[in-house]
Amino acid sequence: MLFQAILFYAFAAMLIGAALGVVFSRNPVHAVMFLVLTFFQAAALWLMAEAEFLAIVLVLVYVGAVMVLFLFVVMMLDVNVESAKRGLTRFAPVAIGIALVMVVQLIQLIWYKSSSAAIPGIFSTNPEGYDNTKALGAVLYTEHVYAFEIAAVILLLAIVAAITLTMRKRPGLKLQNIAAQVAVRAKDRVRIVKMKSEKKL
Amino acid sequence: MIGLQHYLTLSAMLFVLSIAGIIINRRNLILILMCIELMLLAVNFNFIAFSRFLGDETGQIFVFFILTVAAAEAAIGLAILVVLFRNRRSIDVEELNILKG
Repeated sequence: MLFQAILFYAFAAMLIGAALGVVFSRNPVHAVMFLVLTFFQAAALWLMAEAEFLAIVLVLVYVGAVMVLFLFVVMMLDVNVESAKRGLTRFAPVAIGIALVMVVQLIQLIWYKSSSAAIPGIFSTNPEGYDNTKALGAVLYTEHVYAFEIAAVILLLAIVAAITLTMRKRPGLKLQNIAAQVAVRAKDRVRIVKMKSEKKL
Repeated sequence: MIGLQHYLTLSAMLFVLSIAGIIINRRNLILILMCIELMLLAVNFNFIAFSRFLGDETGQIFVFFILTVAAAEAAIGLAILVVLFRNRRSIDVEELNILKG
């Protein structure tokens, strides 16, 4: 139990530290790298909360796909770092003030309500032979199957939207017209000319 | 002993930090998108903690769908960002005043 608490605090501290890195780093590439670290720590914490499937999904989908997408865009855009960090100091006091007020209120709420209502706050232990992935699948494909289908449609929509947004026609680009190529006939291309042979001089 | 309150506290700290990040980095659109991802992560922490606490898998199903929608949102948001950068040569939010809103 003590070992678990030490692990929790270590991962939580690294999570908050990496999130601070995301917020305060000047270079967008560093920010993306800190975000990857944040997601790794979050996956470890989810593993400790026995949500194994989602922890693996977070690493595979988020770190493997979404963060790489971010990294592609950050490196492709070549954003001027100097112009991006100009407004940093102006809004920092406001932001830190709002953040402190909100975090104090939220933490008070969480700990006060839980202490007054006599909620134990301790996770129940899962029964022997409990399989997180199997349990999730048993719920996902029965009760929530329509939501699952809608999620698939949303992903399709995202593909179509991203491609149509970023596709563009370049002027002066030479392209094949395949329909015209297939539909062409020999009489369109070759002209047979009949003419008299020349007389011998 | 690590319980529900610890996870909720961590989630609250992460959420508030990402709000502060949006206010601080309000010039750079990429960093705002990243802070939104952090915020969704904090929400997912809440869902997972309550799902574990109540012994109900529905919360984890919700996290699954939130991850799906967040991936779609990131893809479309980055596509919009790329188009914006191609047209304006800048992703500064304060220069996006063409609508005069």
